[in-house]
Amino acid sequence: MANISKRNRRREKEILDAAKNRREIIAARLSRRDLMKMGLLTSAGYLIPKRGLSARAQYSRDGSGRGCFGGFNTPPSPLTNPFVEPMPIMPIHQPVTQFSGPPPTVNPNTAINPATGLPFEGRTRPHQALSQFPAQKLYEVHQREALVSVHPQLPTQRLWSFNGNVPGPTYVAHYGEPILVRNYNDLPSNNGGFGIQSVSTHLHNGHTPSESDGFPCDFFAVGQYYDQHYPNVLAGFSSTNPPNGDIREALSTLWYHDHRVDFTAQNVYKGLAGFYLLFNEFDTGNEATGFRLPQFPDFDIQMIFGDRNFDPQTGLLAFDLANRDGILGDKFLVNGKIQPFFQVKRRRYRFRWLNGGPSRFYQFFLTNPNNLSQVNRFWVISNDGNLLPNPVQVSSLRIAVAERMDVIVDFSAFPAGTILRLENRLQQCDGAGPTDNILSAGQGDQVLEFRVVSDPVTDGSVDPATNPHFYDVPPRTTVNQCRQFKFDRRNGQWVINDKFFDCNEVRFRVKRNTAEQWNLEGGFDWQHPVHIHFEEFQIISRNRNTPTAIERGRKDVVRLGENDDVELFFRFRDFVGRYPMHCHNTIHEDHAMMLRFDIDDTGNSNESCDSHHH
Amino acid sequence: MARKSRRNMLAMLTAAATTGGGVAQASGSDDGSRQKTQAHYFPNVELMTHEGEKVRFYDDLIKDKIVVINFMYAECQGICPGITANLRKVQKLLGDRVGRDIFMYSITLMPEKDDPEALNHYVKMHGIKAGWKFLTGKPADIETLRRKLGFSNSNPKLDKDRNNHIGMVRYGNEARQWWAMCPGQANAAWIVESILWMDGPKRIQPQNGTQSKSEKSAG
Repeated sequence: MANISKRNRRREKEILDAAKNRREIIAARLSRRDLMKMGLLTSAGYLIPKRGLSARAQYSRDGSGRGCFGGFNTPPSPLTNPFVEPMPIMPIHQPVTQFSGPPPTVNPNTAINPATGLPFEGRTRPHQALSQFPAQKLYEVHQREALVSVHPQLPTQRLWSFNGNVPGPTYVAHYGEPILVRNYNDLPSNNGGFGIQSVSTHLHNGHTPSESDGFPCDFFAVGQYYDQHYPNVLAGFSSTNPPNGDIREALSTLWYHDHRVDFTAQNVYKGLAGFYLLFNEFDTGNEATGFRLPQFPDFDIQMIFGDRNFDPQTGLLAFDLANRDGILGDKFLVNGKIQPFFQVKRRRYRFRWLNGGPSRFYQFFLTNPNNLSQVNRFWVISNDGNLLPNPVQVSSLRIAVAERMDVIVDFSAFPAGTILRLENRLQQCDGAGPTDNILSAGQGDQVLEFRVVSDPVTDGSVDPATNPHFYDVPPRTTVNQCRQFKFDRRNGQWVINDKFFDCNEVRFRVKRNTAEQWNLEGGFDWQHPVHIHFEEFQIISRNRNTPTAIERGRKDVVRLGENDDVELFFRFRDFVGRYPMHCHNTIHEDHAMMLRFDIDDTGNSNESCDSHHH
Repeated sequence: MARKSRRNMLAMLTAAATTGGGVAQASGSDDGSRQKTQAHYFPNVELMTHEGEKVRFYDDLIKDKIVVINFMYAECQGICPGITANLRKVQKLLGDRVGRDIFMYSITLMPEKDDPEALNHYVKMHGIKAGWKFLTGKPADIETLRRKLGFSNSNPKLDKDRNNHIGMVRYGNEARQWWAMCPGQANAAWIVESILWMDGPKRIQPQNGTQSKSEKSAG
């Protein structure tokens, strides 16, 4: 015991030293030359990983569950200056008139490609809805290595991209306009230390037939393609709301990312993710029509957040292969750049925020560095891509891995020259989850800098303060089945109901076109953002209470805190096949915290829930 | 070794064995990442096998190989017997590839007690066949291995409790730099499937006039 407290004291001192070191370096405005003279910088330009310099990256927590102590495997990344490059905007993916290679087929093209010795296509099941929803547009995408700069002070990185872009290009899709994507695996033979050249691309969270969903076990090899059919159709088209589906189930902000079983964290960390936007007659992208949300693309901006570590010697992206808890990075990337800046005009913007993982929870504030006590409110309009019934005003917003939050920020109140920082003030020491301590303004992670510029500008978008109405929440009906799931840990192995993921094991079967209630229960000491593929759910209750206004809509990721108990309502409509439920802390997911369920026309009904719910 | 059942599995294994899984890549630029990974995760410490053979962890056991690694100790009454029995099934399913181009290693968490003789006794008791090595060494080296390979618990209290030791199995292909983990208590057939991903995709030589069977390719 004496031993432990001594060690803790030493660590506490190191953490204090780290803060002091950082403050000193910032206060002294040390130049490169100064740092080199002090022996803190190598000639290649990297900061020597002086013990204590980056306490955040180096320490995990103690057994009590609340401090920031304990061993951690990742040395601090090299020093980079914040806000030196503009935030990139991903290009809009353009359709092609014709696929390269063989023409698309309903059945998988299993003919052997003589050039590779593999079937041309990695798909193993026929398209179930291609003839009903013939593709009106064709897209082609090549997953391949790309040389990318994440920051001018770091060397060029060899990342994995879609068509050379990290993050991948943005799909702009429309309800009623089905598309077919030919997805090629052209990844290089050398992975540079992590990642596997075997991929399955999930469209999160499209109403997508199983064979096109990007199921974790539907991976395909280098030299193969996989045709993915996205019908862009509303849920309920063949069941509750024929023939066009339920408008109250409309999605807006989706994303696509690799989902290869056991390797998802590595492959996504390496770059395999991007946005997929869905517009319709209400969410039009035109601020003069429909819901009059800010104009796409000029004032409708996608941001994917990712925290990463970089090797202190080489400056190259580093992934801790030994981590089973959750990886926290000490560098914060937005759209692939470390701590960029973004110039905004004095008007309303729609920001589509996406936590791209791998493990961190954020709580974002808009901090004015010149007035730390200023509270800058903004509006949440959408949760996980589902527009809320009405905008909700907040002063901060929590977002777990894979959650999407669309917000409206009105910069018209700020004079030109104002600087606002997107700041994560949620303390998190390791993969277990945040501590719930909110750091004081200016002490959090400065993720992005907004710079208000003076260009004259018009704004035809709706003012959220007028309380515009978007979609109603669909009514809940009697459920056909209730199921209970416990997310826990056994001997360092992640489990759902005491079992591990196995591609070949169907844990239960849901009857198509029925409603179900699922009760999710969190375990001791760990938090899990749980994602269920295919249909959006409604949170009936969280720990017996009505969920907050932001959670009172539709979602596809639910944050499961320590010992939390959430009840979800679902419908499973229109398509059949295999889908997973999993923790979206991708490290937990890759360590088997996932299950497979199948949707079919019989279902099974041998399960029940404890009767503590309504 | 004659096999009566699992014809498909065996056919898959044989096919895979001829594709050269585990052989170092000639192509691909030498970017130093293998050395970096070795330095970070695979210390070249000296170990003893249950057969009393002296080996170097990286040079002799990891380099250029497809490997399966877990931790155990002979006296363990918790999850170890179950996992050992499960991995014995894995060994059976993998057949004579174990020891030829797939290598299974179990490292003791109790090196002070588990000398080669004790481990050899454990091997005999569990009916473990050749090609699966049980390893012991200096306690400090074992501890280094345990931490570097990702078998420590982030909670120091739980980490000290051997009954709570990590039940995962690390699998990988050193030459391809593919590394992942699966639960040691998962279905044996699933563990085998995961290990066989390390072969890379199963290529089919096109034959004149015959339609080749399409199999799920894995890498």
